[in-house]
Amino acid sequence: MSENHIVASFDNDMSKLESLFQEMGDIVLVQLKDATRALRKEDRDLAKKVVKGDKQLNELERDLNDLAIKILALRQPFAIDLRYVLTTLKSAGHLERMGDLTRNMAQRTRTIAKAEAETGPIETLIRMSKLVQGMTETILEAYKSRDGELAKKVRAQDEKVDMAHNSLFRKLVTYMMEDASNISACMHVLFIAKNIERMGDNIADIAKEIIYMTTGDWPEGKRAKSDKTSKIIFS
Amino acid sequence: MIIETKTSQAIQSNTPTIMTANNVDVFYGKKQAICNVSLNIPENQITALIGPSGCGKSTFLRCFNRMNDTINICRVSGEIKFSGQNIYDPKVDVVALRSRIGMVFQKANPFPKSIFENVAYGPRIHGLAESKDELESIVIRSLKRAGLYDEVSDRLSEPGTSLSGGQQQRLCIARAIAVDPQVILMDEPCSALDPIATAIIEDLMETMKEKYTIVIVTHSMQQAARVSQQTAFFHLGELVESGDTQAIFTNPIQERTQNYISGRIG
Repeated sequence: MSENHIVASFDNDMSKLESLFQEMGDIVLVQLKDATRALRKEDRDLAKKVVKGDKQLNELERDLNDLAIKILALRQPFAIDLRYVLTTLKSAGHLERMGDLTRNMAQRTRTIAKAEAETGPIETLIRMSKLVQGMTETILEAYKSRDGELAKKVRAQDEKVDMAHNSLFRKLVTYMMEDASNISACMHVLFIAKNIERMGDNIADIAKEIIYMTTGDWPEGKRAKSDKTSKIIFS
Repeated sequence: MIIETKTSQAIQSNTPTIMTANNVDVFYGKKQAICNVSLNIPENQITALIGPSGCGKSTFLRCFNRMNDTINICRVSGEIKFSGQNIYDPKVDVVALRSRIGMVFQKANPFPKSIFENVAYGPRIHGLAESKDELESIVIRSLKRAGLYDEVSDRLSEPGTSLSGGQQQRLCIARAIAVDPQVILMDEPCSALDPIATAIIEDLMETMKEKYTIVIVTHSMQQAARVSQQTAFFHLGELVESGDTQAIFTNPIQERTQNYISGRIG
């Protein structure tokens, strides 16, 4: 496709939309890294910073929504431009939800840290977080470079997050069964792990949008999912 | 293997075709305006021809009822079939052909006659009514089908030119359908109308397609997207891409289509 639109202000609006999305993505990444570090270090101040940081993400999403609606109403884009605006609008909603999940992680971390409670074995949780951080970085690159193939790879990676979540679920339940006094803190850690697993799902959904954006077709078939925690029970 | 194709996702293959253009070339003197265009027109659907000014879309539209015959230097080759017959066959009665394939132009052009006579003119010269009552019933039916009757029923004897622009255009549509055509060609029928009059015509087209096949040339891509089921994009006399309207406007195959509909070439 030719680089420039006949109407230069159309290109300006589209660039602004892209930069708002990238800014949201960058903030989500920092929020996730900080929320994970706060848990690992039981750092209440850093957790507080993450909770506060979510507000900026909400404001950016509102600005992005306003701009996307303006483009749709006033520019009436077609074809790749239409798909680009819709993908950005929907994906920004996923980023905003990821922001909510990091805020919830940080709130739970503050509770755990305040109680000086034992979190149990969280190495797997840290690994889950790093996986999702990597997926977030790659999906932002795929969006920027409009690379559907890269998005496909990211979409497939979510299965690894699910598998790590299964493993962590088993470990934590075992840990709680060993000593009932661990239950309170471990329940919070379980919810934190679920938050990270949900973030992986959000990234996979953004990947699906980017595949549609670049090809005009939705990916065929269901993506591989391995979250089995809803079927695990210990007796 | 990638096969080079000009056709996007085709209209459902079970839709009957009412007209077929095969390898049509049009020349104005030595200048070629249309290059080897082939296109099927699905029955009871609306086909939109889009493209920048001078791309040949109006020239191609006028091939469908041989309106280009009126231009001395214009030469058409190739084949356009209607009901299985090549309309460019020398044996074809062009007047009869144009009663089957009517036309509505960019600028409303009512005859300098009454509203009633504007619509009655066609059926009368084609001998479609055997009595005055029958003629009146054709006029009223046509005005109703054009969505105009309720607005003019009490002033049928007033001049057609006394109507508003949008009403005049609907009068021309009534005049076109009075001779009971199968296909109606529309050459930018709303370009001189305000948004409300345009919306009324678009709504009318939606109703009309139950009985007629419509081919419309429009400069408004939004209009093409709103009203048509099939869209054909022309550029520099070539048919670049044709297919299902939704597919053309969300995911066109050809880069030139992409660039035109997204405002990157004019």
